[in-house]
Amino acid sequence: MNDQPSTGAAGDPAAELLTRARRLSDDLSFGAVRDWKAGHPGRLAVGYMPIYAPRPLLEAIGCLPVAVFGGGDQLDIIRGDSYFQSYICHIPRSKVELAVSGRLDLFDGMLFPSICDVIRNLGGMWAMLFPDRYGAYLDLPQNFDPELGGRFYAGELRRIAGGLRERGALPLDDDALRDAIVRENTRREVLEELDELRCREPWRVRASEAYLVARAGGVLEADAHTKFIREFLDAAREREARVYDNVRVVIRGSFCEQPPFGLIKTLEAAGCDIVDDDFQLGLRSIEGPIQLEEGQDPLDALARAYVLNGAPTASRYIGELVKGASLIKQVRNANAEGVIFAAASFCDPALLDQPMLEAALDREKIPHTSLKFSENTGQFQVIREQAGAFSDAVKLWGSAA
Amino acid sequence: MSTEKNTEPAAKDASQLRQKRMIADHFERLSRAKEEGKKVVYTFVPGNLTELIRSLDLLPVLPEINALQSGMRKLSGAYIAEAEKAGHSEDVCTYVKCDIGMMKSGNIGPTGTKLPEPDLLLLSYTGCFTFMKWFELLREEYNCPVVMLHVPYQPDGRITDEMRKYVVDQLEREVIPALERVAGKKLDMNDLARRLELSHRAEDDLVAVWESARNRPSPIDGYFGGVYYIGPIFSAFRGTEDAVAYYSELRAEVDERVRQKLGPTTPDGLAMEEKFRLVVEGPPNWTNFHDFWRMFSREGATVVSSTYTRVGGLYDTGFRHNPEHPLDSLADYCLGCYTNLGLPSRTQLLERYIKDYQADGFLINSVKSCNSFSAGQLLVLRELEKRTGVPGGFIESDLVDPRYFGKANIENRLQSYMQMLDARKGKVAS
Repeated sequence: MNDQPSTGAAGDPAAELLTRARRLSDDLSFGAVRDWKAGHPGRLAVGYMPIYAPRPLLEAIGCLPVAVFGGGDQLDIIRGDSYFQSYICHIPRSKVELAVSGRLDLFDGMLFPSICDVIRNLGGMWAMLFPDRYGAYLDLPQNFDPELGGRFYAGELRRIAGGLRERGALPLDDDALRDAIVRENTRREVLEELDELRCREPWRVRASEAYLVARAGGVLEADAHTKFIREFLDAAREREARVYDNVRVVIRGSFCEQPPFGLIKTLEAAGCDIVDDDFQLGLRSIEGPIQLEEGQDPLDALARAYVLNGAPTASRYIGELVKGASLIKQVRNANAEGVIFAAASFCDPALLDQPMLEAALDREKIPHTSLKFSENTGQFQVIREQAGAFSDAVKLWGSAA
Repeated sequence: MSTEKNTEPAAKDASQLRQKRMIADHFERLSRAKEEGKKVVYTFVPGNLTELIRSLDLLPVLPEINALQSGMRKLSGAYIAEAEKAGHSEDVCTYVKCDIGMMKSGNIGPTGTKLPEPDLLLLSYTGCFTFMKWFELLREEYNCPVVMLHVPYQPDGRITDEMRKYVVDQLEREVIPALERVAGKKLDMNDLARRLELSHRAEDDLVAVWESARNRPSPIDGYFGGVYYIGPIFSAFRGTEDAVAYYSELRAEVDERVRQKLGPTTPDGLAMEEKFRLVVEGPPNWTNFHDFWRMFSREGATVVSSTYTRVGGLYDTGFRHNPEHPLDSLADYCLGCYTNLGLPSRTQLLERYIKDYQADGFLINSVKSCNSFSAGQLLVLRELEKRTGVPGGFIESDLVDPRYFGKANIENRLQSYMQMLDARKGKVAS
């Protein structure tokens, strides 16, 4: 185990960018969204709950899509707790806390994608708590035939666009949607570049840094995020970096509720190079670019991309695929030596998925360990010890046993 | 403040005996299924497609029913422990863990005979996210095909043409062909229509039974008794002559109780007094079902309506299976199950029950296992109190995990709640 340079150390050419990314990620007053609205009078800011929302659609109708990840470890939950029983995960509490404390008042709409029963019901709570505000449930298809699930999903997208149009969004226009898809594809390209660099040289770009740089995009338009990632990549390549003898791990948590930043740093401090993860799953919910053929209806292209190229996650029906195959591929591609499962407490999708993924890893003799967290977990000592023991075991014996 | 206890033994009604026979026969058929070459389909209660399954001469198995039966027979604790030992989290649905544990322990069904392995897993994904994971888990264990029916959610309490078409298209293009492949024969639409007609008739009688609770005293308990009433129609018997006969008999018994101004049957015999009329939201606890029931009946509380008894179909808002439009009506059935409704619609329905059934109070039994029911219930509680002026109570338990049934705690809460209702009644009277 070793303590490595912290994010944004003095003399680091990426320091300023990382500081900005952290500020954007942590800002529960959504200053960047306020600034955007001030610079785009009459346009709408639309929040969405994790995991996935069709950002290009929202950008095409002139809206700023904003990932509302929750209150993290910075928000005291006072009223939010009074809406949920002790056995419900943490993220809806902080969402409600943000909402009833007025922090989400600047949003003109809120989307609730169908990722689990809690977020689904949170959409209903939103409708009851704020009947005058626009809120919509986004029913993501679990049938992946383009003629069935794809067509249904395209209808859902039209419904959302129509609902926001009534609130002042621009009408859905094919050219605007094509442009937005191209911008999103470019963002995905540079995100992949970031992932590749982090995987290849994890000592140059730590997972905690990549996390911040990706997460900053939650409050930025695709173009602005692309520019930001490129700046970071340029700076990171100029860094002086020292190679550490860490264990290469993949983190899997089906992350809707985000881990506290300290947890990621703790895993790194425990000797883990996180070479792949699913922290901000929504940004990678579609694998590869959204294919857009000449003359193709762009809405259809967006829907097809979701049903045909959706990344396997705990919230998506496995269909004909083999459970765990994508995780094993991820491990192999990243040349990882083990997997750390980090699920949010009481997260049904992640925790129900986990035994199947563990079994798949066992069959391939890939070491793994698991832990649970809440977005406001503040004590990391036990996690550090567990991750440290895991990384030592993998380094020494090539297994977690 | 307990009411006088009835010392008469709890005699079984003819309809109860009929239901018992029907269930025993079904499990008997299941136990012989493999040797008789019958094919078996595992599926879920909400959004079940029993008429389709039966039309193709297939036998349904419903894992939730097995889990709740295991709970009632005090087997679920060991099954859950077995699943947790195999790596399943303590945080997740105990129906799933009970089922997995039962399977790992030999898959012995509620009547003591071994359940046949499935020839098809029909994943009717209606109103509960966990269903999807449940069958993904079973898919890992059984070497059989899976077919998924994705039923869109009704966030606004409205079935759109797009939703209906999506479900019907899946039925036509994926679900029916998958069932036909397993059955080795084509679906006879006339037979399906005939079965839907039988469903319709049984549904009419079931609704009459539910609505009999508008009487004072209510002749039924719409929650504890209600779970028996929904047994046939929510499980393997919708669309059968057996179900029609059962509901016809049940309705006649209930009509007779209304005529005689009798209350419902309880675990201790006939209820002697209707002191409180309650509406209940949320599933019951199964591990201590009769203890739980007695906590109400011994206080003179009758549940006049409940939402749990609507998870397998919401018939008292007007829906009936329609033989004229078989697939559309199956789609509407799936879309309309209670847990597939958005929270505002659920709240509205509860409000209607409280008012229509002239309830003195409403109670939420919040179960740890079921986020589909539980997430948002505290807001529902506040909203209902605001809209109706009727006081709500809130208790927590679980479906089939005996560790989460704190008998003394729940009893204390219920007694305090009913004392409050009693005091309130006194105030209103004075």
